[in-house]
Amino acid sequence: MRWGVVTFPGSNDDHDTQYVLEHVLGEDAVSLWHKDRDLQGVECVVLPGGFSYGDYLRCGAMARFSPIMESVIAFARAGGLVWGICNGFQVLCEAGLLPGALIRNRGLRFVCGQVHLRLETTDTPFTGRCARGEVLTLPIKHGEGCYVADPVTLERLEENRQVVLRYVDASGRATAGANPNGSLNNIAGVVNEQRNVFGLMPHPEHASEKVLGGEDGLKLFRSVIAAHREGGDRRTAAVAPGH
Amino acid sequence: MRARVYITPKKGVLDPQGKAVEHSLHALGFPEAHDVHLGKYVELSLEGLDVSRARERTDAMCRQLLVNGVIEDYRFEIDE
Repeated sequence: MRWGVVTFPGSNDDHDTQYVLEHVLGEDAVSLWHKDRDLQGVECVVLPGGFSYGDYLRCGAMARFSPIMESVIAFARAGGLVWGICNGFQVLCEAGLLPGALIRNRGLRFVCGQVHLRLETTDTPFTGRCARGEVLTLPIKHGEGCYVADPVTLERLEENRQVVLRYVDASGRATAGANPNGSLNNIAGVVNEQRNVFGLMPHPEHASEKVLGGEDGLKLFRSVIAAHREGGDRRTAAVAPGH
Repeated sequence: MRARVYITPKKGVLDPQGKAVEHSLHALGFPEAHDVHLGKYVELSLEGLDVSRARERTDAMCRQLLVNGVIEDYRFEIDE
């Protein structure tokens, strides 16, 4: 399938993501420049990690208004697959494509390391090849990863099973000690109601080769490829530029 | 025309920076300091607008970009 990875000024995991897609998974992956509006017919857009626009004002606040995002928002609203990793997750929240927001880590420190994550739902195109309750190990690296939402939104997220990943300990329990940033309900990743937009703070693209310490990230990428192959999500980015 | 925008964390939203500063104030001998919140202050000049239009435009800027309504509150003043 055809993937597009967006590069904003300050993105720094764009090449890593494209590398995994092309060289580890053998997929067709194109780079999408923030100033362009053409999504080049991709079938899944990835907003990568990094520090878009220097994280000025709020993380993701400026990137959300870049020209490419107009097309990404239209693509998402038409049902296209959009996946935000770390800074990409922040951009999706700022753009209103995902509920809630990501604020400064409760401990005020930048956190960097491996975390355990419990997979809460396989009913998304991003997790169909995983097992519910499965514990994945992925790296995190962020200063603003504390997921917050108002109580009503939070309740709706839980009811609709929109929480995709939760920070847990090695045995799969969502304890306070396993929560690296203070996220409400230990939330590490969510999907929108339509389940075509996914955001998470951990980095699957940095856990996609054994030599880098693990391959759990591939399960998410392979889920998308499988969902696409099975025909569940055949929408391509045919959204006219600028709409 | 000058606009001064004050952005603060919404009530009920975790404010770890405010908490940390409050702890430091207590440690420094200011036990009377409470409800410390850290926000942002934005100043900007507006040209060719009367006061009511300047209010309207500043409010629109806040809602569209300067403030994230999910986590922040804001207020502003306009000086001629």
